[in-house]
Amino acid sequence: MSALKIRGTKAIRVAYGEALAELGGERPDLVVLDADLAHATTTCVFGEKYPQRFFNLGIAEQNMMGVAAGLAISGLTPVASTFSIFGAGRAFEQVRNSICYPHLNVTLALTHNGLTVGEDGGSHQSIEDISLMRSIPGMTVLVPCDAIEMRKALRAAIDHPGPVYIRVTRPPAPYFTEDDAPFTIGKANTLREGSDITLIATGLMVCQALLAAEQLEKDGISAAVINMHTIKPIDGEAIIAAAKKTGHLITVEDHSIIGGLGSAVAEVLAESCPARLRRIGLQDCFGQSGTPDALLEHYGLTAPHIAENARKFLGEKA
Amino acid sequence: MKDEELQQLCREIRADIVRMIGRVKSGHPGGSLSCAEILATLYFREMSANPATPPGQRDKCVLCKGHAAPALYAVLARRGYFPREELETLRRLGSRLQGHPDMKKTPGVDASTGSLGQGCSIAVGMALGARLKGSAQRIFAVVGDGEMQEGQFWEAMMSAAHFGLTNLTVILDHNGLQIDGANDDVMNLGDIRAKLLAFGFDVIEVDGHDTIQLLDAYARKTDKPKFILAETVKGKGVSFMENQAGWHGKAPSADETEQALAELEA
Repeated sequence: MSALKIRGTKAIRVAYGEALAELGGERPDLVVLDADLAHATTTCVFGEKYPQRFFNLGIAEQNMMGVAAGLAISGLTPVASTFSIFGAGRAFEQVRNSICYPHLNVTLALTHNGLTVGEDGGSHQSIEDISLMRSIPGMTVLVPCDAIEMRKALRAAIDHPGPVYIRVTRPPAPYFTEDDAPFTIGKANTLREGSDITLIATGLMVCQALLAAEQLEKDGISAAVINMHTIKPIDGEAIIAAAKKTGHLITVEDHSIIGGLGSAVAEVLAESCPARLRRIGLQDCFGQSGTPDALLEHYGLTAPHIAENARKFLGEKA
Repeated sequence: MKDEELQQLCREIRADIVRMIGRVKSGHPGGSLSCAEILATLYFREMSANPATPPGQRDKCVLCKGHAAPALYAVLARRGYFPREELETLRRLGSRLQGHPDMKKTPGVDASTGSLGQGCSIAVGMALGARLKGSAQRIFAVVGDGEMQEGQFWEAMMSAAHFGLTNLTVILDHNGLQIDGANDDVMNLGDIRAKLLAFGFDVIEVDGHDTIQLLDAYARKTDKPKFILAETVKGKGVSFMENQAGWHGKAPSADETEQALAELEA
């Protein structure tokens, strides 16, 4: 059992821009694309340092995906960014056919997703991106939980053969993972051991899950917390081990419960180790305008809600 | 290859196309037949396309109108990328010759295409990549006219001009027909030449079945991305297929295949 140690606050997207610029020095083959959101996605940090290797495609995401594919065919290593709603949503078929069908080495680091987009509202809050991206054959899906893990995820993505989607979140967020914590694609990190229930969280919800586990501990409930930073390939072994140990699992994601982490975990459980599962996330509804914190509270994606869910769940009869 | 040989080659390519599609009873003869000269001139005269040359050093061609794959396969086979006998496997389970070009499966295919509107963006990326690497490699994109109705096509054209990609040549196989009928009836493309000029291209109009005109257009030096507007005939070379939208995606019967081959091999 390890206590949550929050070491500071930094937006994951800010860490993304910094990591890109750093990798640009190591990797002359790295090229970065954006679609007129370079300041929001923070790719501008790379663009200022390496203007020759930075391409702003304007507000034309479909073209950007194809251009990224062409750059990859040329032997370069492209990383393309825009908001998730446009990259994974609007340009879905370009991602599928131009990038994934030929299994090209393109990293899509798409930002501004889930409720934490905030005030821009439901039209811009992508809550289907994990679902869409993980359904494409050969696509890897990563969701870093903090600024530290973001840097590792980017490095892993560009070294990984084939397309990778990284879900990069917008708001300032606590960072708490260790600098030397391992990051292996497809290998979940258990952040806290527990025997009564397992909270499987991804992205910004990992911190909330750890906080919820601390609250549950005060009630005498022992909750394990798994940081599922890779949604695809999902770490089935970790899920099965947790199911066998605790029997009860809750998934937590700032995403629709349909097709995302909750679905991925449910698929593993249903096929390999039936266990009791609750899915916390957007319950088949769109978001709305509000501050990120107000929205997470409203839709039940904060530690007290997660803890309350766990208590109820454990109190229910199977 | 001499001009007369090139013309003979195009007749043989057309026969290959009809034979392949007729055999598997599936495919797109009309738009394959209309781009035979375009692809033959590219692969046999204009492009550095020797299969023995490492792929990174060859010129590249993106067949944006991927449904014309049979034409590309016929050209690639005759250029030596794979045995001609393999053409018989078109569209069969397990074949390297997919219904639409697949760069992972077919030797010589430079980009996976077929979803219309996406190929030119890939070509823009390849041209940017070649320039960034200081390579003399040139990128060619062969597009269909119906495909220009896709918004992404125009996004790609805008970016080609914006980035000043003089190593990019886009060739339009302008046969005027698409599945549902004439471009003009389905969704009028307007003044294509004026549009591409306005988008920042140098535009050269040619008879797309005249190999000499095509080669002259390729050779023309420009300081902008180049757009070759090649006027073509859908179903070219097969009397009953010419200018018929109905032959966009319909395979000839055994009798029709025989008749078409008789015309092409006469």
